[in-house]
Amino acid sequence: MLEYALKGSKRYWTLIGILAVLACAGVITFLYQLKVGLGITGMSRDVSWGFYISQFTFLVGIAASAVMVVLPYYLHNYKAFGRMTILGEFLAIPAVTMCILFIFVDMGQPMRIVNVFLHPTPNSPMFWDTIVLMGYLFLNVVISMVTFGAERKGVAPPRWIKPIIILSIPWAVSIHTVTAFLYAGLEARPFWMTAILAPRFLASAFASGPSLLIILALIVRKFSKFDPGKEAIGKLAQIVTYAMAINVFFVLVEVFTGVYSDMPEHYHSFQYLFLGLGGKSMLTPWAWVSVVLSFGTLFFLLFPKIRRNESALAVLCAGVIAALWIEKGLTMVITGFIPNPMDRVTEYWPTLPEGIISLGIYAIGFLVLAALYKIAISIREQLEAR
Amino acid sequence: MDESRRNFLKITGTGVFGALWGIPVLRAVGKAFESSPKALKAKRWAMALDMKRLGRDDVRAAAAKACNSAHNIPDLGIAEEEVKWIWTEEYEAAFPTQVDKFTPEQMRKQPVLVLCNHCDRPPCVRVCPTKATFKREEDGIVMMDMHRCIGCRYCMAACPYGSRSFNWRDPKPFVRQGIRTDYPTRTKGVVEKCTLCAERLARGENPACVDAANKVGGAGTIVFGDIADPNSEISRVLRSRQTVRRKPSLGTSPQVYYLL
Repeated sequence: MLEYALKGSKRYWTLIGILAVLACAGVITFLYQLKVGLGITGMSRDVSWGFYISQFTFLVGIAASAVMVVLPYYLHNYKAFGRMTILGEFLAIPAVTMCILFIFVDMGQPMRIVNVFLHPTPNSPMFWDTIVLMGYLFLNVVISMVTFGAERKGVAPPRWIKPIIILSIPWAVSIHTVTAFLYAGLEARPFWMTAILAPRFLASAFASGPSLLIILALIVRKFSKFDPGKEAIGKLAQIVTYAMAINVFFVLVEVFTGVYSDMPEHYHSFQYLFLGLGGKSMLTPWAWVSVVLSFGTLFFLLFPKIRRNESALAVLCAGVIAALWIEKGLTMVITGFIPNPMDRVTEYWPTLPEGIISLGIYAIGFLVLAALYKIAISIREQLEAR
Repeated sequence: MDESRRNFLKITGTGVFGALWGIPVLRAVGKAFESSPKALKAKRWAMALDMKRLGRDDVRAAAAKACNSAHNIPDLGIAEEEVKWIWTEEYEAAFPTQVDKFTPEQMRKQPVLVLCNHCDRPPCVRVCPTKATFKREEDGIVMMDMHRCIGCRYCMAACPYGSRSFNWRDPKPFVRQGIRTDYPTRTKGVVEKCTLCAERLARGENPACVDAANKVGGAGTIVFGDIADPNSEISRVLRSRQTVRRKPSLGTSPQVYYLL
């Protein structure tokens, strides 16, 4: 199957070339980080996790969202997702790959990462996160290769794959739950210590992931003869709408508890995020952009007529992704560290090298995505021509 | 047949000989790792800091200096990247939940010496994915293996006291007091913190900060001892005087007590 990724139009190779250049820039900057240390980032003793871990958190959601096409198709036999499923699984693979890379570049001693397996520590959520992420990557690679390979040959997939597919459904939920547990079990960080964090992560994942999938499906249809189907896109739009509504509800629930209880430790982080604290408010404009985008996109998504207009839908999906990227990929992690344990405000902003490394990882992810989608499209076009 | 019997005898013989020879070697190696007979031992180490005496700048400075030079602590000159094992905070920063709008300014700004609390239920140990930080069962010290640490900084997110420092860059050029060879220097990318001078206890000495503070501030400035022993000095002090601990409501049970 892989040979299809090596044959392509000039446009395909231009895309691959651009992504490869960005990936190289990221790798070179990472070598610089390895040499000097994480001091080249904007992180500090007060804000000790930053952009890398935030991207990881956001991308776990994208990876988990594949379940939104897998579940209706395999459990409910929802035929319209027949051609969408492979796009969902082929999105999950690069997403998990990026998650693993973002964790890797965040380690102070990445060469010692095998210590996690040499000294397994079941009381650490990070240990479990490593296990579930690797497992999820494995599951998605196996499932997509086996089912798509069978489809290509025009035969039914082998029976043994069905239980593995069923297993991948709770597994997808587990990767985001365990990721939330990384944060939600720390008495030192009241901003994260909320039972709604895992459900909230899942809701925002099921809004942002399918949004990205809709945009990808529209691109695939525009530039190839493979049409994932109007009905499938419409159904995904419905899923985005429900998930976004639930996410907004969960966020409001959380704001209520944090603000109404008025306990200083809980309230201060919200105050920093939405109003600024101690004269410092670097994240405040971002937080409000996210709020406006969340409510705005949700409002328009609620109208089926607007949703059915695919250009409007593409814009709304981009808005959903932007809103949730700010929420999870920027403000959620950083605000947990503000104020610090001494009740002081140290702000954080990523540095240029940190940005280049992150961009490089996204480029690697999209490189994998482009290659996988190229394979899917080539085979689909052949099947359709038959 | 003969061949295989000879091989069998050869292998068993070598094995038995090796094992007999090995026992004294293992004993000797084991002895090297045994603590010296002078070692200070306790069931549960704890510290009581006299806030009034430690209000004196020279006393706190002496304690911090002793620690910094004993442990090759770098001075990076960048506040955001500082490595700190024992340092001074203002009262309102060390005890943020204990101040209100009527707290006098002088009280708010009162300098307080802070360090790792060697919690009974340490959150850093709970979250560490490699057991690089662990609680020593025999005496309760929260230890740090800086050679196993992968630098994920989960412990820093988990510590409610800001007591953990990460080496954001190579610390060696910043060890301004000169590198001493009887304590390891650290590499970039690992977390470190106060280990209650486990290496000095093993040699039969008090923690560096305790000796230095008591020398400058007078005996009892920092009381250090075994709280599992009801007759120890620290147990008597804790029974007889009013103390506070940092953020007790979190349930971490700090073993550094502040005498009011």
